[in-house]
Amino acid sequence: MGFTGLFLILFLIVHVTINACIFLNDHGQTFNAVAHFMGTNILVHFLELGLFVGLILHIVQGWIIWSSNSKKRPVKYAVWGAKANSHWYSRSMGLLGTLIFIFLVIHLANFWAPNRYHYVVHGEELNLFERMKAVFSHPGVVLIYLGGLVSLSYHLMHGFQSAFRTFGMNSRRYIPIVKGIGVAFAIIVPVLFALMPILLYFKVIS
Amino acid sequence: MHITLKVWRQKNQQDPGHFETYQLDNVNEDMSFLEMFDVLNDKLIREGKDPVAFDHDCREGICGMCSMYINGRPHGPLKGTTTCQLHMRHFKDGDTIVVEPWRAAAFPVIKDLVVDRSAFDRIMQAGGFISVNTGSAPDANTIPVEKDKADAAFAAAACIGCGACVAACKNSSAMLFVSAKIAQLALLPQGQPERKTRVLNMIAQMQKEGFGSCSNIGSCEAECPKEIPITFIAKANSEYLKAMLAADLPE
Repeated sequence: MGFTGLFLILFLIVHVTINACIFLNDHGQTFNAVAHFMGTNILVHFLELGLFVGLILHIVQGWIIWSSNSKKRPVKYAVWGAKANSHWYSRSMGLLGTLIFIFLVIHLANFWAPNRYHYVVHGEELNLFERMKAVFSHPGVVLIYLGGLVSLSYHLMHGFQSAFRTFGMNSRRYIPIVKGIGVAFAIIVPVLFALMPILLYFKVIS
Repeated sequence: MHITLKVWRQKNQQDPGHFETYQLDNVNEDMSFLEMFDVLNDKLIREGKDPVAFDHDCREGICGMCSMYINGRPHGPLKGTTTCQLHMRHFKDGDTIVVEPWRAAAFPVIKDLVVDRSAFDRIMQAGGFISVNTGSAPDANTIPVEKDKADAAFAAAACIGCGACVAACKNSSAMLFVSAKIAQLALLPQGQPERKTRVLNMIAQMQKEGFGSCSNIGSCEAECPKEIPITFIAKANSEYLKAMLAADLPE
């Protein structure tokens, strides 16, 4: 889980950096140029394949662990005081992961799939900036995206530092630093992503 | 104090079990939680009923035998405390207290609040030992131990193997217990001969016993009566990875 999780975190950094180009408010010119490079570069296509493999592995590993762990307490407690000893999001990684997965399916159906289809059929990519403007003109879609990003934020809040613990990081000096970076990452990245549908919906970026 | 107790009663491992409610008057606030159970059992015996079976031994917080899950928390609401060191002054007059056994597939209920924790013994037998020469006792301090390492090993050795970590964990994982034992011996010079085989064997036995996988939730650390930190789990993960990647013997 830790290895695939960190791999997906690296992808998030790349994704948020590219998408942040829309904040330049240059009618999407920089964003479309970078998106075009990412969509047509052969090396990126290989990395994309690796990304899908990593994502599927992360989901499968998570499902196996959840499925196995859920059988380890056949008789449940009548009174369960977990909220006194742990964060709800640390105990709800399976649920948060499922919400992120649903969000991802919607997200890929909105952008990745139509773009690939258009490329295969017409030999050129969609204008993804125009596509973003069209998709995020619907308030319902914006709310779904915000819900997905809240789930991502809490998933990262636990997952980031947990991955480092899985790899054996136990230094009293570095664990607080990793925790701090994890919390910052879990807030900054989803907030940057969330600003995109919000600013496009309110036409701050156009 | 007047206390209403809802206690899990189960005749044996096959019995599905149920809660029974008992009313206790005149509970002294200076009683320990176990002494309150002594009073309850005295009352039940006088009434010709079966007393509640519960584990206890030293009653001074060092043996790890007491194992009650009180109002949703292993060893009750007090931090860093075993059930035997929990006193009734931490409850209010008129409180209803729900008492359950540790619940985990690897800790089957023997009777009422008594669970079988021999899985921990088998994990210890798999690797929680060191090799020493027989004969006269070696002189103390013959082997130098770095102060920081000695302190960390001592902190890990504080684990009393009560099983609260398993009881508190959403996944019923025993990693806090196992990691404390692995770390304690890996930190000391005396633990070096079996360092790699120890971690592999203890983790394998833990999985064989049917404990869940750790997902670093941290409830074990919060509920541990000896306040063992989960940094030991990361230490055990590190030991495990090193042992997996670098076997001592050529294969």
